[in-house]
Amino acid sequence: MTDEILEVQDLQLAFGALKATDGVSLTLRRGEIHALIGPNGAGKSTLIGLIAGTLRPDAGCIRLNGRDVTGCDAAARARAGLARTFQITTLAPELTVLQNVMLAVAGASGAPYRFLRPALSDPALVERAGGFIARVGLAGRRAVRAGDLAHGERRRLDLAMALALAPRAFVLDEPMAGMGPDGAREMTALLDLLRREAPILLVEHDMDAVFRLADRISVLVSGRIIASGPVEAVRADREVQRAYLGEERLA
Amino acid sequence: MRREPVLNTLILLALLAVPLAAQALDEPFLVTLATKAAILALAGVGLNLALGLGGMVSFGHAAFFGIGGYAMAVLAAPVQAYEPLMTWPMDLPGTKSMPAIWLAAMAAGALAALVIGALSLRTGGVYFIMITLAFAQMLYYFAVSWPAYGGEDGISIYVRNGFPGLDTLNPLQFFGLCLGVLLLALGAMHLIARSRFGLALDGARQNPDRVAALGLRPARLKLIAFVISGAVTALAGALFADLNRFVSPSMLHWQTSGEIMVFVILGGAGRLFGPVAGAAIFVLLEHLLGGVSEYWKLFLGLALLGIVLFARGGLIGALAGRAVAHD
Ligand SMILES: Nc1ncnc2c1ncn2[C@@H]1O[C@H](COP(=O)(O)OP(=O)(O)O)[C@@H](O)[C@H]1O
Ligand SMILES: [Mg+2]
Repeated sequence: MTDEILEVQDLQLAFGALKATDGVSLTLRRGEIHALIGPNGAGKSTLIGLIAGTLRPDAGCIRLNGRDVTGCDAAARARAGLARTFQITTLAPELTVLQNVMLAVAGASGAPYRFLRPALSDPALVERAGGFIARVGLAGRRAVRAGDLAHGERRRLDLAMALALAPRAFVLDEPMAGMGPDGAREMTALLDLLRREAPILLVEHDMDAVFRLADRISVLVSGRIIASGPVEAVRADREVQRAYLGEERLA
Repeated sequence: MRREPVLNTLILLALLAVPLAAQALDEPFLVTLATKAAILALAGVGLNLALGLGGMVSFGHAAFFGIGGYAMAVLAAPVQAYEPLMTWPMDLPGTKSMPAIWLAAMAAGALAALVIGALSLRTGGVYFIMITLAFAQMLYYFAVSWPAYGGEDGISIYVRNGFPGLDTLNPLQFFGLCLGVLLLALGAMHLIARSRFGLALDGARQNPDRVAALGLRPARLKLIAFVISGAVTALAGALFADLNRFVSPSMLHWQTSGEIMVFVILGGAGRLFGPVAGAAIFVLLEHLLGGVSEYWKLFLGLALLGIVLFARGGLIGALAGRAVAHD
């Protein structure tokens, strides 16, 4: 068993002339939260897409639990233990909270090709899904359609679905985006619980949350990682302050 | 709240009442009309799985409907000509047995749907509509130029095929048989919609990226749904050919594709009984208005436009409200 759950090596992806990912290498270790920060357009979401398998790199390699998954599609990577959420929350809006999570449980079980046996009234499936829903604090909202949820609740549902995969690594793209201070605080607490399940690669703009949660930080600017290391070291890095943390923090 | 099951039961009772009333009033033509509605509803039930649950707007389901019809002709024509179906690579007689014909029709429809689906599902949106349309038209022109089965004129099968224990030439019995098949298909669709597969397919329609991130393959789920859909519509085609005792390329024509789509959208895409309501109303309007005005389809088209724009759940949606997801 390796300590490096997720390993990204020299990843490259260009959109035409734009090098959105320009030789990125990083690792995610057992038990940690590794935050990925950087200005808008730095290529964070692109990197998440490459890791999750929705984008294919021009060069480089991605290993999950020591296994090369660069050639695998998104579904295969999910089954190999990668739970990914999107920057813009994406759920099945017409399905209820419960059904969305059941979909995740069914996906994780790798047995979607059952055509006649009822799934929606299967007590074992309902109970499993219900457990994940309760853990993100949506127990009272099981029967609500995902499309009718408030923004913060959708983010929680997104996490419940990620949890339901029983993953080896979480890859979360700005889970606090668009949340008020209260929501962000609750989400921070939730992520702190999530890390007990599996390590988290966390893209996040909320610096308070990042400093509170992260064990390590990598800073991405223009598709390259300009700094990476323990929180304090990165916080003190002059180049990072200039490129990203901005004058307001220096002032 | 739960108006839909009540509504479905009423639709079913109405369909059942028509032929019984017809018998009592001595209007046998109405039985044929109800049989036609049941068979077209079945074709729509097939499309509804692809279009309603899977979100695949196929404008080529006439391909499967026609393949079912021609499967019937290919198997039954040799029998009335006192010829074998084939002598090479093995001796095989034709058949007048409906169960055998249905199996062959469904297998042929499934195979065609596998090929057409695998090629069309690489695209989406308008391209998917156009490509499915193009495949169906290709089959149409093939049938037109296929002299062995009458080419443009089609081919008559003079005696309706048989079903064990039934007199299929008795209109009421044939209606009962078609209604039974329709009910079986509806039951299967009800189960599929509530199964893991149905849930996954529903998710894949609403949000393919999220579903892929859960370890499921949207493209494969859709292809499987398309294959089942093609098989069911082909079964309807075989029954339709038996109803008319006649098969012609018009079963493969794009207008047929359009009509099957109308059943689904008029009745309510994704609603279990949508195609039943849609087909019943279509057959009724065709009967009532077809004699009055040649342009009745124009009005139907306008009504459809209204439904697409203002009442997305079709008739079922208008009467029973928003779909309760799966319940
Ligand atoms: N599919 C795409 N095609 C072309 N350019 C893209 C595409 N996706 C992202 N980009 C560009 O790549 C850069 C990185 O985008 P993104 O990864 O979304 O940044 P971030 O998530 O860090 O804000 C941006 O300049 C963006 O415009
Ligand atoms: Mg982003």
